[in-house]
Amino acid sequence: MFDIVFWVLAAVTVGAALAVVLLRDVFRAALCLILLFFTIAGVYITLHADFLAVVQVLVYVGAISILIIVGIMLTHEVWRGNPSGRLRIPAIVVSLLLLGTLVFSAVTTKWQTSDVPPQEPTTAAIGVSLFGEGGFILPVEIAAVLLLAAVLGAIVLIREK
Amino acid sequence: MSVGLEHYLILSAVLFSIGLYGVLAKRNAVVILMCIEIMLNAVNIALVAFSRYVVPMLLTGQIFAIFVMVVAAAEATVGIAIIIAIYRNRESIDVDKFDLMKW
Repeated sequence: MFDIVFWVLAAVTVGAALAVVLLRDVFRAALCLILLFFTIAGVYITLHADFLAVVQVLVYVGAISILIIVGIMLTHEVWRGNPSGRLRIPAIVVSLLLLGTLVFSAVTTKWQTSDVPPQEPTTAAIGVSLFGEGGFILPVEIAAVLLLAAVLGAIVLIREK
Repeated sequence: MSVGLEHYLILSAVLFSIGLYGVLAKRNAVVILMCIEIMLNAVNIALVAFSRYVVPMLLTGQIFAIFVMVVAAAEATVGIAIIIAIYRNRESIDVDKFDLMKW
């Protein structure tokens, strides 16, 4: 059962990613990107990462996809389609080379996998490691500063002169 | 053969390669931004898979994935803002025509 779920999710994810790069219509590519974000949330659920699946739906499906669709609407490039540039053939070669290397190293490496059953639910454990003693509180603060800087930078860049 | 760590890593590698192809080959800047999001999601899958199969009790991979999401959100915001600012100045977001920073 679990295997079937993984294969279906993997097939839909790869299909949606291919649709993003191959579809002629930019808006439809953006909709396929949203489908990709949803199926990746499903992949997280198969990996027992329940909190991360919810965050994926909130942040990617809820916020980033809206941002990308607004970007498509504000730049009237939809009628021009989704053409490839001069680098199409080198890009195919480079990505196939990278894919071969990554798959080869993933298959040939002897991974030291652990047989301990995964934690569930993960929300409390992630909260403790993010905010608890000896946890990741400094990166959390730095992430807050980064988000503030990004928001201010976006406002400054997009403001009418 | 039941699904294991390798399957997730191969899925992640396939998604990353598709995203890399899009980033290198596409001309529309918004599509390039979308392909960067695909690549970041592929990396997140690999991180969560390592977290699940190698150190199931520590969750460090999932925490790292959360920080990747934070940086991805910041990057998408600033990226869209830059694209819209360039569109205002040049009436185009075709990256083959971006030569503002060439000498």
